[in-house]
Amino acid sequence: MTQPGTTGLIFNEPELWDKSREGRCGISIPRSDVPRADLDPALTGDAPELPQLSELDVVRHFVRLSQWNFSIDSGMYPLGSCTMKYNPKTNEVQAARKGFAAAHPLAGDEFSQGALKLMYELEQLLGEITGFPAVTLQPAAGAHGEFTGMLMIHAWHAKQGKQRSKILVPDTAHGTNPASASLCGYKSVNIKSGPKGILEPATVAEAMDEDTAGIMITNPNTLGLFEDNIKEVCDIVHAKGGLVYGDGANMNAVMGIIKPGELGIDVLHLNLHKTFSTPHGGGGPGSGPVAVVKDLIPFLPVPRVQKENDTYSFITNCPDSIGRMHTFYGHFGVMVKAFAYILSMGGDGLKRASQLAVLNANYIKESLKTTLDLPYDRPCMHECVFTDKGVQEYHISTMDMAKRLLDYGFHPPTVYFPLVVNAAFMVEPTETESKDDIDQFIEAVKAIVKEAASDPDKLKSAPYLPKVTRLDEVTAARKPCLKG
Amino acid sequence: MRYLPHTRQDIDQMLAVTGHADLNQLFETIPDSAKTKTELNLPDALSEWDLNAQMEELASQNTACRSYTCLMGAGSYDHHIPAIVPYLISRSEFMTAYTPYQPEVSQGTLQGIYEFQTMITALLGMDIATASHYDGGTALAECALIALRKSKKANKIAVSSLIHPAHRHIMKTYLGPSGYEIVEIPADKNGLTDVAAFKAMDGIAGVAVQSPNFLGNIEDLGSFRACADEKNCLFISSFTEALAHGLLKSPGYFGADLVAGEGQSLGMSKSFGGPGLGLLAGTRKMMRNLPGRFVGKTMDSKGRRGYVLTLATREQHIRREKASSNICSNNGLNAMTAAVYMAAAGKNGIREIARLNHDKAVYLKNMLVGAGFESVYNSAFFNEFVVKAPAGFADKRRELAEKHNLFAGVPLESYYPDMADHYLFCATETVSRQAMDLLAKEVQS
Repeated sequence: MTQPGTTGLIFNEPELWDKSREGRCGISIPRSDVPRADLDPALTGDAPELPQLSELDVVRHFVRLSQWNFSIDSGMYPLGSCTMKYNPKTNEVQAARKGFAAAHPLAGDEFSQGALKLMYELEQLLGEITGFPAVTLQPAAGAHGEFTGMLMIHAWHAKQGKQRSKILVPDTAHGTNPASASLCGYKSVNIKSGPKGILEPATVAEAMDEDTAGIMITNPNTLGLFEDNIKEVCDIVHAKGGLVYGDGANMNAVMGIIKPGELGIDVLHLNLHKTFSTPHGGGGPGSGPVAVVKDLIPFLPVPRVQKENDTYSFITNCPDSIGRMHTFYGHFGVMVKAFAYILSMGGDGLKRASQLAVLNANYIKESLKTTLDLPYDRPCMHECVFTDKGVQEYHISTMDMAKRLLDYGFHPPTVYFPLVVNAAFMVEPTETESKDDIDQFIEAVKAIVKEAASDPDKLKSAPYLPKVTRLDEVTAARKPCLKG
Repeated sequence: MRYLPHTRQDIDQMLAVTGHADLNQLFETIPDSAKTKTELNLPDALSEWDLNAQMEELASQNTACRSYTCLMGAGSYDHHIPAIVPYLISRSEFMTAYTPYQPEVSQGTLQGIYEFQTMITALLGMDIATASHYDGGTALAECALIALRKSKKANKIAVSSLIHPAHRHIMKTYLGPSGYEIVEIPADKNGLTDVAAFKAMDGIAGVAVQSPNFLGNIEDLGSFRACADEKNCLFISSFTEALAHGLLKSPGYFGADLVAGEGQSLGMSKSFGGPGLGLLAGTRKMMRNLPGRFVGKTMDSKGRRGYVLTLATREQHIRREKASSNICSNNGLNAMTAAVYMAAAGKNGIREIARLNHDKAVYLKNMLVGAGFESVYNSAFFNEFVVKAPAGFADKRRELAEKHNLFAGVPLESYYPDMADHYLFCATETVSRQAMDLLAKEVQS
């Protein structure tokens, strides 16, 4: 089977300032139609030493840089836990509409009805998908949503008159969970998952007490497994006066199948840049809306969007609100894209997306479970986690296999996460990959495992085709060079 | 659905491999009691045509769908965006890549962000800059946390009351559960942060001052630096208008330990307030205290230049329970946008644009004062300033928006209750003299 990875001409490109020539400028400066008004020289400094380049210099520079990147639009990107699905192009067109892109956040409600209505309706749509009565769109990223959710849990306990000091975090939860909790002053208590890779009610019951604010659950968890005992776990936590935080980063597996709000979850964050197809942009901007049960609505951040007689407005008069998480209303531009996606998919389309995401992951799991070690051999959700146990005898690691995959033209899966298994190799294909592309990926992994036995040295120095080989990360951290 | 590639045959073949009878059976591990009983009650899927129509209908309900004169700033600025900026940033390879965890195939993002960090340090006069944050307000809140954590004894942060109100609100929210205290430094009669009031404070871990401040006035950062030294506390300088640094002395010049600010002006659309670009810079000494990502330069196994995400031990995926910050992303594409903008503008372009902003703002202020507005402060400003409006201006302002698509200033009373009839005006390089003259004429009529 022909693999997608191959060689081709790319270009060397120096750092910007090496191309700089005194006197060049790459932008058009408008002619001034007003008198010059000089500032007090005591206040003005020298112009910042930015590079001086022509417009074409800048264009070539960034086009050449872009060609050194792997992206979803160029190939399969099966990063577990990241949901690298196709980012529809029509979403970009919608967000770029002048009425949205040029809108000033302080123009006033009456001049911003379109933006307000979009936000209001997106809140409703996400509420329906997750089964919650209210949503805030303000958090700027998933981890920011987690922090928002934890602040609300903290504020709720404060309102009950007794603050608590601990929070339960399972070993299958997302990595940012403990840090989000500690920002609220909660001490994380690690909860071990059971032999099936999921939470056991007895373990939770043992740890849960009246000094524990609640539990943070990622469901489906980071092993790609559904927490079967979710309802029981929620009941245990509620019985002791705690709240349940749900990390909805993996919502892509279960749209139209379950609604977290029906299971006993109290607060849930979503990642619009995962489940709802907005681009990751090389690390952001994302968007991390938070959905809550009725009792937590008063604690949502302000401003909130309100609808009254078909007119939309921002309200800030919410005395129990945790406050504000963003300078304005969150990443509105990202919201437009997610809104366009949901409207394009419809309810049936979203459910179908989850079904196919789970089908793709199970297909990979079944196809590779005799090739790679599969620590939890049970039906998975949208992702599956292997390890390097089977190739360790050749002194080959997960990292070596990951790097070699690059030569075959695939972005590697997430590696060494989750921490609950040793040297994880975590594959999340998403629903937008076709059987043909997945078959190529499966063949590539099989070929690499064969190479591990026949030519292990080849894997250890992989990759060969990218512009650079493995980078010296140790020196980068020991002697940091953070600017040119 | 065009995003879903599976044919009927594909699905059957795949189900045969997984051993399931149909797609529903894939979810057999989920207890029936947990499954939702109702189908998703969402609108029917739209074709791209229908989607275009519906979205344009929504967009048209924002005044911004028509060309308008924007004399509002207050944290979101109307600047010209050169055509190459959105064009280059729309490259699939930038837009649809993930965080550059696999550096061999992410050198484009990595070199671009490294160049961004470098240009931000040049703009702010600082030693190091992170790979960006959510926005200026959240970056500033992180700075407050750094100062408070670093301090062994002090548990208070002194915050200028002339820092953007939303930024102060975010700080308050972030610090809420921590037990740390925020004390506000009042303004003096010149619309500047009162240094003397700060001098009288004690137990301070850090002091935060915005310049130009929320009222547009340029602060005397040097005296806060000196005062912070006396108190042995960190000096945090913030801003909402990044382009001001094309003209003004940098916060680094005044010895800021940490700088936080909003970078939306560097090539990003206003987009109803987000996504913008959180900028965070510090002295070399602060390197291991700064949250968020850094890109560093290194070499590959063949000795070639390359870049990686570095100093990751500070991050939560390495030391989960011990991590002090939960940040695990940056506004990467917007940082790249700023990199393209700064590279295109260059040393001379950014200076010229900054000067134009100041020229236009001075012209606007003169015109408004000539038309019966009252100048409130004599302090120097960059592209924003406060005036007190004559009676009846609120109605006039609405009429200007409705009839002339002209948005005349941000009313300040909701931020500062003693500032009834006070407006914060902004003029950038996009505002024509003609529009400013029209405004002056209209308010006199």
